[in-house]
Amino acid sequence: MSNVQVLVGTRKGAFILTSDGKREKWDVSGPHFAGWEIYHVKGSPADPNRLYASQTSGWFGQIIQRSDDGGKTWFQPGTPAGEPTTTPEGMPVGESNKFVYDDSAETGKPLTTHQFYDGTAKPWVFKRVWHLEPALDDADTVYAGVEDAALFRSTNGGQTWAELPGLRGHGTGAQWQPGAGGMCLHSIILDHQNRERIFVAISAAGAFRSDDSGATWKPINRGLHSQYIPDPTAEVGHCVHHIAQHPANSNVLFMQKHWDVMRSDDAGDSWTEVSGNLPTDFGFVIDVHAHEPETIYVVPIKSDGEHYPPDGKLRVYRSRTGGNEWEALTKGLPQENCYVNVLRDAMAVDSLDSCGVYFGTTGGQVYASADAGDTWAPIVRDLPAVLSVEVQTWP
Amino acid sequence: MAMITMVMPAHLRTLAGVSGDVTIEVDGEVTLRSILDALETQYPMLRGTIREHVSGERRPFLRFFACGEDITHESPDAPLPQEIASGAEAFYVVGAIAGG
Repeated sequence: MSNVQVLVGTRKGAFILTSDGKREKWDVSGPHFAGWEIYHVKGSPADPNRLYASQTSGWFGQIIQRSDDGGKTWFQPGTPAGEPTTTPEGMPVGESNKFVYDDSAETGKPLTTHQFYDGTAKPWVFKRVWHLEPALDDADTVYAGVEDAALFRSTNGGQTWAELPGLRGHGTGAQWQPGAGGMCLHSIILDHQNRERIFVAISAAGAFRSDDSGATWKPINRGLHSQYIPDPTAEVGHCVHHIAQHPANSNVLFMQKHWDVMRSDDAGDSWTEVSGNLPTDFGFVIDVHAHEPETIYVVPIKSDGEHYPPDGKLRVYRSRTGGNEWEALTKGLPQENCYVNVLRDAMAVDSLDSCGVYFGTTGGQVYASADAGDTWAPIVRDLPAVLSVEVQTWP
Repeated sequence: MAMITMVMPAHLRTLAGVSGDVTIEVDGEVTLRSILDALETQYPMLRGTIREHVSGERRPFLRFFACGEDITHESPDAPLPQEIASGAEAFYVVGAIAGG
């Protein structure tokens, strides 16, 4: 029988939740990396035993962790467990927590500042890794979206990292500015159909696309309208919260923006609003059904000043029409006195025949639906605030 | 060769895979910089955790103490007291009490 493994990052450690294909009974392991903020944990599509985790701290900086046995044991890839940590000359064997912006002359576009909240120029300073995206067909290649916003790549299993400088250097970087959570690159989509195509999203800059494996980039924000910036239709400056794509529908993207739910049918070249009958179109997460490319999910949040569900009711909204027409999914979710938030990387789907949908809250609950959202039940109720949720489906 | 006794926050001990105090071998003059250099050589998994990788700057929520004195803002190349160099007194890396 199939198995499902839910990878949960929280404010105080990582947790791994496992179940069989029925998804009724769950085992919980953790906390892994207890006490640290785990922004993201994700498995490799090429090798499900290979997991990467972003372990971070305001005190001690960034650590990259790796597991080669599905999360049972972990190590820093620069210093593999049981192996010497230094060369015979005494030098470290790896630098897996070293993220250095590429401002070399060789890249042709040294770039040193972005905008701060008040419009002043600030130098790029690395703070943390928000999102790790393992490559589709190589377990040793993994992308990292970081704050201050940039895209890094490792091709040696996370031992060392190099920036893809074409993103920051394509021309608009000096206009990017932080959102309330910082200036972070939080979404990375590796296109299943066009293997040279990569999408990323940055708060508060917008969405960007590369068609040459990350060498060159362009903003893809036409159609976005953000009233909170001086030019609501500017090329960059939009606070995109998350983007999602169905693997079989390469040109269609879905976006939860600061306000507005959007879709694109031309790989981001243009966007149209599909908020439709949502009670509020503010929110953070958005995801797509594993088998129905036009079935999408959001969790509406009241407003940017009130980060909790409207009316104290935790409702997932599902559209089976790719947007505009939405239905509230409430069965099994609290419908009174609920004031949690669901953060941008905290929703995922499994790929079983009956698509499972999962999301985590800032109140520490992880909810699961084994029937595409019709009914919900908590897997766990009392974890630290959930930052991210990913799912692995084991045949 | 000086043998320095060092006390670190629990999270750094976990990363380094040690329990309790650690002993650091320092060649030459014992300073804040030479202690941290030796620590990162002996425990490379700690590179970047106390000092930022590129700039070498101390992470803002960390402080350094020697013989009960806060040396966080002293020159990193100033010689530390003999009690630290001899191992009679421990060198402390202290995390700020900042909630959570």
